[in-house]
Amino acid sequence: MYKITAKEQLAPGIFRMLIEAPRVAAKARPGHFVVLRTHEAGERIPLTIVSTTEAGEVEVIFQVMGKTTAYLAGMQVGDGLPTFLGPLGVAPEVPEGPGTVLCVAGGVGAAPILPRAKDYSQRGWKVLTILGARNEDLLILEDRLAEVSSALYISTDDGSKGHKGFVTDLIPELAQKEEISEVLAIGPVPMMAAVTKVTRKLALPTTVSLNALMVDGTGMCGACRVSVGGETKFTCVDGPEFDGHQVDFAQLRQRLVQYLEEEKLALDRYKKEGECQCLNG
Amino acid sequence: MPERVKMPKLSLEERRTTFSEVALGLDASMAQAEAERCLQCKHRPCVKGCPVGVPIPEFIARVKAGNFAEAADLVLSVNALPAVCGRVCPQETQCEGACVRGIKGEPVAIGALERFVADYRRKETSGPTPVPGLAGVKVAVIGSGPAGLTAAADLAKAGLKVTVFETLHAAGGVLRYGIPEFRLPKRVLEGEIQAIQELGVEIQLDTLVGKTVDLTDLRREGYRAFFIATGAGLPRFLDIPGENLNGVYSANEFLTRVNLMGAYRFPETDTPVRAGNKVAVLGAGNVAMDAARTALRLGAKSVQIIYRRGREEMPARLEEIENAEEEGVRFELLASPVEILGDERGWVRGLVVQEMTLGEPGPDGRRKPVPVEGSQKTLEVDTVIVAIGQSPNPILVQSIPGLELGARGTVKVDENGRTGLADVWAGGDAATGAATVIEAMGAGRRAAADIIKTLAEEVK
Ligand SMILES: Cc1cc2nc3c(=O)[nH]c(=O)nc-3n(C[C@H](O)[C@H](O)[C@H](O)COP(=O)(O)OP(=O)(O)OC[C@H]3O[C@@H](n4cnc5c(N)ncnc54)[C@H](O)[C@@H]3O)c2cc1C
Ligand SMILES: Cc1cc2nc3c(=O)[nH]c(=O)nc-3n(C[C@H](O)[C@H](O)[C@H](O)COP(=O)(O)OP(=O)(O)OC[C@H]3O[C@@H](n4cnc5c(N)ncnc54)[C@H](O)[C@@H]3O)c2cc1C
Ligand code: SF4
Ligand code: SF4
Ligand code: FES
Repeated sequence: MYKITAKEQLAPGIFRMLIEAPRVAAKARPGHFVVLRTHEAGERIPLTIVSTTEAGEVEVIFQVMGKTTAYLAGMQVGDGLPTFLGPLGVAPEVPEGPGTVLCVAGGVGAAPILPRAKDYSQRGWKVLTILGARNEDLLILEDRLAEVSSALYISTDDGSKGHKGFVTDLIPELAQKEEISEVLAIGPVPMMAAVTKVTRKLALPTTVSLNALMVDGTGMCGACRVSVGGETKFTCVDGPEFDGHQVDFAQLRQRLVQYLEEEKLALDRYKKEGECQCLNG
Repeated sequence: MPERVKMPKLSLEERRTTFSEVALGLDASMAQAEAERCLQCKHRPCVKGCPVGVPIPEFIARVKAGNFAEAADLVLSVNALPAVCGRVCPQETQCEGACVRGIKGEPVAIGALERFVADYRRKETSGPTPVPGLAGVKVAVIGSGPAGLTAAADLAKAGLKVTVFETLHAAGGVLRYGIPEFRLPKRVLEGEIQAIQELGVEIQLDTLVGKTVDLTDLRREGYRAFFIATGAGLPRFLDIPGENLNGVYSANEFLTRVNLMGAYRFPETDTPVRAGNKVAVLGAGNVAMDAARTALRLGAKSVQIIYRRGREEMPARLEEIENAEEEGVRFELLASPVEILGDERGWVRGLVVQEMTLGEPGPDGRRKPVPVEGSQKTLEVDTVIVAIGQSPNPILVQSIPGLELGARGTVKVDENGRTGLADVWAGGDAATGAATVIEAMGAGRRAAADIIKTLAEEVK
């Protein structure tokens, strides 16, 4: 069992946890993820490693989407996860700076982007960050992102904080002001697709992190396949980060809804059983 | 001459709707009747047909005498997983293929008898024979499939302190995530794994060696030898248009969802699977038969095996082809998949196949399929399961500097499973490419013996 040692709610439906997993913590690098299960009959789901502690804990931040994340949100400090496998995926090598990277985070995408932004900054890069969410309440990790960025821009769909509109609105102006050498965008699929559209016009190399459906997370099943530059790749072992200008986002969106009905059924059942506290409260 | 005793099977109705084991096994009197048929041949041809050398006439003689416990001991002395082998070995080409009785009439049902004695007494009792000086010396086995488990049992018997590292959250390799419940009930596998744990073997799950830990870490932790038994778990695809449509599965994904994750009990379990109504399975090996029969049990109305060669060439075990056929799986032979068609929402709606005919024999002696000009047709299907083979997973081997690889990413080994590195052995599907359970076990035994010998030299 992998013990939950800390739990905190960051925003409505968004939680942060520390999980005791010394072997995973010792090997984790920015960009890695884990696959976990919450209980014996549970599903295997991927979450990004946000940070690790000296004590051998791994930090994850997740948004409640369906049954598994709802179940996880209902777990408490002291509870144990039966599976916590990692670190998985390719952790990209950041070359030594100088250079300027633009990090664009949408919603809970702030969690996977944080360790990457930190890595860039520690290697002497100038980090510019755009953090977007639907509204002010859903903005997370603002302080921690500000700490590793030389400038942080906020954008909300409803204008409750910062720029009113989409994160993409801010990119062209920034690109004029700054010598941006690369862009890293992590968030919902439509947001990443929109960012790549803008940066293609600006000829800015852009990396995205794909959230394909996964089962094992080790290259064994192919559930996570995506098309990149016309070739089939497995997100879990070839990614999760890919060249955003090569990704077939339409296919990714299509593959993400494969189990929509079943996911709804599982969540409804779970809510009916009255075990779910996080979605009602 | 008495006829071979037929193993009772589950009724066809039950087979369509449940995952209960199909072949029900012999009872004591049936087993004894079948044992009577063994001629106790002095030259033991059957034993030569068995990759691990089960003492077949000897154990059958014990069955005949009603001494089932002793029969089990004899089998267990060389075979750590008899209940599994009795169920899944391709006996017709191994032990039973060499049985004298098979020359005229049917061979002795060696597999069924082996399964009977193993089920009769599922506990490992033949004690370890400790090697002086090896007590407590640490050895790591990577992968918990039949190769890894067999090696672990033998290494533990010699007194070594064995840890098995496994990526998934349950041990057993393909026996766990690939071969379905109705062919190999998981409680049988669990019984065998428990017996191995009782020998002192520790199994560490959720550990992807090469990522979670690597050999350098493990050497530092005191591990003196490594056995790579990571199997051939990487699914191959055909590289035809439409392969990423919704409703296209690799057999690995389909079977893993059902077997490892228990999707056949959804929503009791959280992992879903969709078999659809009309299923095409590409390929005709054991994996394809398992996927096809699983799809039927999940409620598919029609299931077809699509294979580019003929019936004679199908690589699956005869028994499994017959079972599939009995249950209603249809065979579209001499048909090669060309394209998977999708609807406007990205779901599978059809499969285009090219008709083939058999031409000249290729280098492997099998007649090569060649396309029949202008004869393509479209099959109406909503699910496609790709079961055309697997290759070894590169994660571990890429993390070991200096490890030499052969064709298709297999690890290069000598006949004892030795790699070029002094403390690393490998065997099973990881070294041979996808093969059989018993071959993997044979490789596990040989490597374990060589590891024991090597370490015994070192501690002297
Ligand atoms: C490499 C990787 C890293 C990830 N890191 C994080 C992270 O740090 N924090 C976080 O909150 N989430 C992360 N995700 C997404 C997370 O895995 C999913 O939200 C989760 O699997 C949903 O499971 P569920 O059972 O709660 O919901 P489900 O019932 O499975 O799904 C509910 C809804 O979410 C959608 N959905 C399902 N799976 C995903 C997915 N993988 N991505 C996007 N939408 C999905 C479904 O289409 C459905 O509409 C990551 C995904 C990947 C592949
Ligand atoms: C569906 C199916 C049906 C089959 N039917 C039959 C049959 O009827 N009869 C027969 O004889 N054969 C059959 N086979 C073939 C047989 O199952 C294999 O040949 C055999 O399991 C190989 O054993 P192995 O121990 O080499 O590897 P595997 O059984 O593949 O086990 C390897 C294990 O290693 C783990 N692993 C991989 N990489 C790592 C890593 N880096 N760190 C830690 N763990 C790792 C994997 O998760 C896996 O559990 C079938 C195969 C399949 C897929
Ligand atoms: S292990 Fe397999 S090949 Fe050997 S005797 Fe048993 S069934 Fe036959
Ligand atoms: S070859 Fe057949 S008949 Fe002869 S000993 Fe072996 S099992 Fe018995
Ligand atoms: S999740 Fe199974 S191969 Fe990527």
